[in-house]
Amino acid sequence: MLRYANQMGARWFRMLQMAGQIVFLFLDIIRCLFRYPIRFPLLVQQIDFIGGKSLPVVIITGGFIGAVFAAQTEFQFKSLGLSSGVGPVVAIAMCRELGPVLCALMIAGRVGSAMAAELATMKITEQIDALRSLAVYPTEYLIVPRFLAMLISMPILVGLAILCGIGAGYYVAVHALDVPGVYYWHNTVLYTHDKDIWIGLVKGFFFGLIIILVGCNKGLESAQGAEGVGLATTEAVVDSFIIVLIANFFFTFLLNAILPG
Amino acid sequence: MSTPDSASAHAAHGAPLLRIVDVQKKLGRYKVLRGVNLEINQGERMVIIGRSGGGKSVLLKHIIGLMRPDAGQVWFRDQDLARLSEEQLVPLRKETGMLFQNGALFDSLSVGENVAFPLREKGLKDEALIRAEVARALKIVDLPGQESKWPSELSGGMRKRVALARAAIAKPALMLYDEPTSGLDPVVADSINKLMVRLGKELEMTSIIVTHDMVSAKEVGDRIAFLYEGQIYCVDKPEVVLSSTDPIVHRFVNGISDATDIVF
Repeated sequence: MLRYANQMGARWFRMLQMAGQIVFLFLDIIRCLFRYPIRFPLLVQQIDFIGGKSLPVVIITGGFIGAVFAAQTEFQFKSLGLSSGVGPVVAIAMCRELGPVLCALMIAGRVGSAMAAELATMKITEQIDALRSLAVYPTEYLIVPRFLAMLISMPILVGLAILCGIGAGYYVAVHALDVPGVYYWHNTVLYTHDKDIWIGLVKGFFFGLIIILVGCNKGLESAQGAEGVGLATTEAVVDSFIIVLIANFFFTFLLNAILPG
Repeated sequence: MSTPDSASAHAAHGAPLLRIVDVQKKLGRYKVLRGVNLEINQGERMVIIGRSGGGKSVLLKHIIGLMRPDAGQVWFRDQDLARLSEEQLVPLRKETGMLFQNGALFDSLSVGENVAFPLREKGLKDEALIRAEVARALKIVDLPGQESKWPSELSGGMRKRVALARAAIAKPALMLYDEPTSGLDPVVADSINKLMVRLGKELEMTSIIVTHDMVSAKEVGDRIAFLYEGQIYCVDKPEVVLSSTDPIVHRFVNGISDATDIVF
């Protein structure tokens, strides 16, 4: 019993510690944004890595989720004679929830893990110490370009995932399940509003923020050795997933209050 | 043989560039440094010897501000590094260079970009000049024409030499070497030793070399400091330390173990 209480206490302590580290990292990044000039070549490199190289993953994820969601919705709506309502349901679901959340999960898996692994490896091979010894502040050189690249790329990736989901949903519903295309588009345009898209993009922005802060924190704070790198990578993905999903719950209510449906 | 307190009496060089005063550091439960006192003079090549895990690298990291002491001071000229923030250390670090034990080359940069890194960070914009400086630095470390290679394509010795070129290219006032000859064959080790002496003389660099390679210590050092159980046990000229009759020093420099060293 006492051991269980100790373990729980240690877990809570680690969570609080991580929260504190993330807040300090965020403040340090903001300070660096004002203190140092932005390193544009590194920023472009990171946009290519985070945004450019994530395009196939995001297109496939968004497209297939939209297609499956359209098919499932049509199967249920058909018996109610509401097949023409598939379009707006798919579009709104993709905009408000599926696009940003699934895109965030894919980016956490692809980018968050890579960042944690790269930074942890740099730490254990003394590359971060080498940077410091060469009079370069690691947050400014390593973290700020990644942070900005993520905040720029994430809303674009979410937008693309939404677009692919809606497009694939249309294709499946109209061409595979014989939903009338005209009604599908008409209803989609009629019931999907700008604010639905904005909600998705805003969520994407904040999910990007979570992924980059968690990934970088795990990398910078990793333990020594190969085990430390592995653990940092795993924790970056798992913690990002959990925080994104919990944050999504609160964002849903908050954004719905700000931009009521 | 000199104790740390009388070490400055042996100074054959200028005024102290660096003063380490009663530095203490605990890592986990283990007290690695237990009150280190050492003065290093301008233009001097100071070799720090000591057992593996004895705190030599930790001491070196205190000297460049990568670690902060739990107690004590590290004076570089007239500034106590222990009291400076990470950003206040930046201008001081521009005057120092460090060769890390495993090179610590940046994996994402080519050899040429690694070596050019300090020049670019200093604000040098003339690419032709940077290329010329990089080529010259690589030639000095006997790796001419290797600019386009990646760190992963290099052997351990080559990585170390590239790292040396990177650390020295900006001509720092103080150069720190963490085990510069470990893992190198005797010929390459000798070339590194000669290079350290040459850089020290030509650029009037102050050098601190952490090693347990006694050949290197003898060839390179103006003085040798022996770090033992977290303190500087003695500081003196190489010939004095290496021929010491003190049982602790004698055993270490001649690599003689006793029964207490073998614990299974």
